[in-house]
Amino acid sequence: MNAKTVFMGYTRGDIVNFAVAIILALVIVPMVVKTDYWYSSILIPWLCLALAAVGQQIVMGYAGQLALGAAGFMAAGAFACFNLILRVPYIPFPLALVFSGLIAAAFGVLFGLPSLRVRGIYLMVATLASQFFIIWMIDKFGWFKNYDTSGIITAQDIVIFGKPFTTPLEMYLVVVVVVMVLTVLAINMTRGSTGRSWMAVRDMDIAAESMGISLLKTKLQAFAISAFFCGVAGALFAFTYLKSLEPVAFDIKLSFKILFMVILGGLGTINGAFIGAAFILLFPVLLNSIGNNVFHGAIDSTIISSIEQVVFGVLIIVFLIFEPLGMAKLYDNIKQKFRGGSAPKDKKKRELDAASSEAG
Amino acid sequence: MVQARNFPIGDPILEVKNISLSFGGVKAITNTSFRVLSHEIRAIIGPNGAGKSSLLNCINGIYRPQEGTISLKGEVLKKNSPNIVARKGLSRTFQNLALFKRMSVLDNILVGRKLHMSANFLEVAFRLPGATREERENREKCEEIVEFLEIKNIRDTPVGRLPYGLQKKVELGRALATEADILLLDEPMAGMNVEEKREMCRFILKVNDEFGTTMVLIEHDMGVVMDISDNVVVLDYGKVIGDGPPDEVRSDQAVIDAYLGVAHD
Amino acid sequence: MTEFLFFLEVVVAGLLAGTMYSLVALGFVLIYKASSTFNFAQGAMVFFAVLAFVGFMELGLPFVVAFFVTILLMGLVGFCTERLVLNPLMNQSEDTLLMATIGLGFVLEGLAQAAWGVEVRRLDLGIGDFPIPWIIDTTGLFISALDLTAGLVAAILIVGLALIFKYTKMGLGLRAVADDPGAASSIGIPLGNIMLLVWTAAGIVALVAGMMWGARAGVQFALVDLALKALPVLIIGGFSSIPGAIVGGLIIGASEKVLEVYVGPYFGGAIEGWAPYVLAIFFLLWRPEGLFGEKIIRRV
Repeated sequence: MNAKTVFMGYTRGDIVNFAVAIILALVIVPMVVKTDYWYSSILIPWLCLALAAVGQQIVMGYAGQLALGAAGFMAAGAFACFNLILRVPYIPFPLALVFSGLIAAAFGVLFGLPSLRVRGIYLMVATLASQFFIIWMIDKFGWFKNYDTSGIITAQDIVIFGKPFTTPLEMYLVVVVVVMVLTVLAINMTRGSTGRSWMAVRDMDIAAESMGISLLKTKLQAFAISAFFCGVAGALFAFTYLKSLEPVAFDIKLSFKILFMVILGGLGTINGAFIGAAFILLFPVLLNSIGNNVFHGAIDSTIISSIEQVVFGVLIIVFLIFEPLGMAKLYDNIKQKFRGGSAPKDKKKRELDAASSEAG
Repeated sequence: MVQARNFPIGDPILEVKNISLSFGGVKAITNTSFRVLSHEIRAIIGPNGAGKSSLLNCINGIYRPQEGTISLKGEVLKKNSPNIVARKGLSRTFQNLALFKRMSVLDNILVGRKLHMSANFLEVAFRLPGATREERENREKCEEIVEFLEIKNIRDTPVGRLPYGLQKKVELGRALATEADILLLDEPMAGMNVEEKREMCRFILKVNDEFGTTMVLIEHDMGVVMDISDNVVVLDYGKVIGDGPPDEVRSDQAVIDAYLGVAHD
Repeated sequence: MTEFLFFLEVVVAGLLAGTMYSLVALGFVLIYKASSTFNFAQGAMVFFAVLAFVGFMELGLPFVVAFFVTILLMGLVGFCTERLVLNPLMNQSEDTLLMATIGLGFVLEGLAQAAWGVEVRRLDLGIGDFPIPWIIDTTGLFISALDLTAGLVAAILIVGLALIFKYTKMGLGLRAVADDPGAASSIGIPLGNIMLLVWTAAGIVALVAGMMWGARAGVQFALVDLALKALPVLIIGGFSSIPGAIVGGLIIGASEKVLEVYVGPYFGGAIEGWAPYVLAIFFLLWRPEGLFGEKIIRRV
């Protein structure tokens, strides 16, 4: 933040990072990665869940509201998208995606209302209501599922400007573009006055109010934007990863997963959402492959998933105790070390760097 | 106070009338009234537990007194929350520091600019020209405050890591950033050494002189109070027992008995 | 008249089920009182305890021995939690502690499944889940023997614990610790012992709740979700009140059954899943401190 801004308030470093991300995501990955498995089982779910985690990050990491219902908003977004495409003739997919987000945002505002009076575990219970209610509602009213009785509905093909995006690579491109655009918007908000209001409410609500910040507006706004991100993420998750729509895919377990992503990734950082999502998603893959390759399937898969649960739980506790700023902070520290050679050795300078990256 | 002031003391800007506040059965403030004149520096003194902080909290809308009225610039504040009072041009600092701990010094001060920034979240998200310009202008404003308070070297440090004295300064900076007409300062010099206190007094007087900001401050150090304040209100057990210029208050028998008589340098 | 009888039946069944919620909620309250921590893992403790109990039974331990061994195990869990999780996080915000106990819940669930498997276990306590003829004859109400037993056991346990904490030296110590841990330990109240006792007590209520639920629906993971309903109970009753936990549990138990039977059909049924939470939200808006909680005054 010390550096001079060169374009639209971005620093040179921002623009370099952004260019690298674009080239990596849109050129290098499509050129290098040839197996469908990588797209449909790793990259697509990672990006979708990371987007939901960004949503969770906004309400919890930035606005400090302990919400536990991300999967409910994802379900709202997914089924909204399904119904929009089903019932609105000629609706372009991007527009359907935006409206899905908006519908999820409406639920976000509704279930964010209790945050005006309560906090902590009280709020968590109130947001659990949204989780259970949304899933129940979708399950019970046949209209949402187009009166399909099998319980599993196939998602429609994604068609943008008449071109279907159906191969794993094509779907990946859709997801990565949406996620990048929304992430940039999230970064802009968190660095601007919007994000400052969220963080002010998080750190000391009474002082924030005394500076003229309306708690009502700020909290509900955070809930709405968070739910918007989750809604879009849910729609992408259903259309590109699950390729089907079933309420059980968005149960409370998924909400916990997303919660863990932001805690492990690092509360109050956008890159923490991506790091946390990668870890939560990849760690089970790693465990399974160890189970298969090292122990040749001698370990029951249920045992492996139990171990995974224990590890996640232990890591949550360990991070809360030793590095509350999560893996994003660890990553920063490693980056600092690598730069150690060229960067000034002055300890104070390094501290200030770390401090500013943390604050941003 | 001898030389002519840029902003001569004028009419009442803040009027506290017969307010009473209690928590459960405990009375914090009993039937208290006083007026603050525009552009003056007003000190509120009194022993611990006299209800000074509660009084500020009432004025700023954090507490709602059960009885009485508070009016700001002639307008009675009814059922106000702190953000509405802030909008009407009143800002404050807190006794036990209420900074945004994980945010940098500059960001803390920028929050103080909230009321001068009008871009909505979409404009911010898309970095529309209006939002970018507003951000840049307010950042410059905050840089000026940082400069003024001589804390440029720590502008990017999260305030949670700063020593107490510096945090107090940042909080003053945040209050200044609001450019409010009235500032309530709750023990701005608590825990400071003589040097730091002198510096803080200098800032307060300078702000008052340059911008005409009306200051209401709670302070224990009588030397400071006598030095910088135009008028003093003395509270004891939630009641006003003295109100007037420092010299007058100092020689008031009731005040001496209740407060000044107690061992105090 | 039959309609009223039916209503009564629904209410009684709800109240009896509610005692189970009360029991889990009581575990929360005990730990909250002693260490100001919202123990989100209480639901996982229910699952862990009863799975351990069934596991010990399968090893051939007699009922009573398995019961006490499980209680010892729960004490150990509490001890480890206190030492390894809560102590290092002392003076952290409530939210941080809450997140840590969410992590703890995952650890307990994972450990339980790793040690004893994931398949649904049957637990036979020798009490049938059928209406008691004697009650049908005298009152015309169909009330399950299991429900009634569960309700009675829960009631005895709750009253017992309430008396212990009200009238024994240990209970006094606990209340002192709840009020001000620093002051309590400085006058010689053994903090560690109290914590251990509290966690063991929370373990006992978890085990009993798990046994009762497990006897009805099998010992399975779904118990964790069931136990989550203790959260709305706590919101209604207040987090720091033992009577609150009891009354809250009864209110949630009765109202969710009544709502399910009388309102549910209009919405396609199965509203039990969220009705307690929505009820809790309305409660929050009306009385955030809960029925028996102390009024929250935020001082600045």
